[in-house]
Amino acid sequence: MDMRSNEPELRSLMLAGLDGDAAAHTALLTRLSAYLRAYFKTHLARIGRGPADAEDLVQETLIALHARRHTYDRSQPLTPWVYAIARYRLVDFLRRSKASVTDVAIDEADEVLAEGDPSSVESGLDLQKLMAQLTPKTRQAIQLVKLDGWSVSEAATRSGVSPSAIKVAVHRGLRALSRLATQRSSS
Amino acid sequence: MKTDELINMLGTNLEPVKGGQLRTTLMIALGVGAVAAFCLMLVIFGLPAAALVGEYSGLKVLVLAFTLGLAAAGASFLIKSARPGEPGRKPLILIGLLLFAALSAGLVALILAHPTAWGGMVFGPQWAACLICIPLLAAAPFASLVWALRKGAPTNLMRTGAVAGLVAGALGATVFAFHHATGSIPFIAFWYGGPILVCAVVGAILGPRLLRW
Repeated sequence: MDMRSNEPELRSLMLAGLDGDAAAHTALLTRLSAYLRAYFKTHLARIGRGPADAEDLVQETLIALHARRHTYDRSQPLTPWVYAIARYRLVDFLRRSKASVTDVAIDEADEVLAEGDPSSVESGLDLQKLMAQLTPKTRQAIQLVKLDGWSVSEAATRSGVSPSAIKVAVHRGLRALSRLATQRSSS
Repeated sequence: MKTDELINMLGTNLEPVKGGQLRTTLMIALGVGAVAAFCLMLVIFGLPAAALVGEYSGLKVLVLAFTLGLAAAGASFLIKSARPGEPGRKPLILIGLLLFAALSAGLVALILAHPTAWGGMVFGPQWAACLICIPLLAAAPFASLVWALRKGAPTNLMRTGAVAGLVAGALGATVFAFHHATGSIPFIAFWYGGPILVCAVVGAILGPRLLRW
């Protein structure tokens, strides 16, 4: 299934997710991860990188898609936005791994995430290790709200700060995790 | 880590996202940068008596149309460029046309004038001040634009950096024009257009480092 032919469905999931529908957001990320996996596997195969590297990129891109979802313009189609982020993450990965962009033949008119690939492997990303690099307050906010599943107001009560401070910490924390995930692969 | 675990984590306690924040952030950055540049100009040169009294020569109107036109076209490009994807080329074409128009007007004015006047027209009053002060005044707007763009997700960092530099340079030149009243059309084309382009080149060099995400 071509991603572009599923555009209306994926876009409506995205819009629902932006309005706070967690189930729609999770469904969207699951669907996109299959397209991203196929896309990264194809390109990384050309420089002899395996499925584990592709899975790293899938996860980096999912975190980026989530942390930067406010940059999606609701009036525009979703596919070009996802593709631009995936391509950006791929080019960044290649730069970090000292491969040239021409080696993997990415061009502007690239096939947009043609086939989905559901066969996920475990990535080299270790969430706990990444979390350890966050500031204590940010780490606690992510732990309570995103991992333990406490609501924002419950997390605020538990850590003795305001709900808006928790929201800000979660948002900053996810952006920091996105950055840390990409820096990790460079070392 | 398994991808499903990551997706579950990202979806847990999902917060709704409002549209239009990015545009507002960029507009605030433009405003803050322009005000900061204006204050720096006041600190360096003092109150521009002529401008505030209202002495608007035709040339000054042209200068402001040129610099504000560049800033506006660049800003509309940055609003799109802060998002992943292709921003479209219309603003870039407009920027090119404005620069081309200024350069051609400068050259035509030189051709019409007597060659003995050329030196005076090109190296007019305070040409060196333009060269130094416009980039200097552009520093604050550039910093505030970079701050705003980092809230977004630009995917072409060199081009975005270049346009951010150009907008900052154009704002610096706009502010400088309040202080600097005189000159000829070739003077404006070279000593306003030139420093603005220098700012764009600096922006293009700094963009990939500063805007990376």
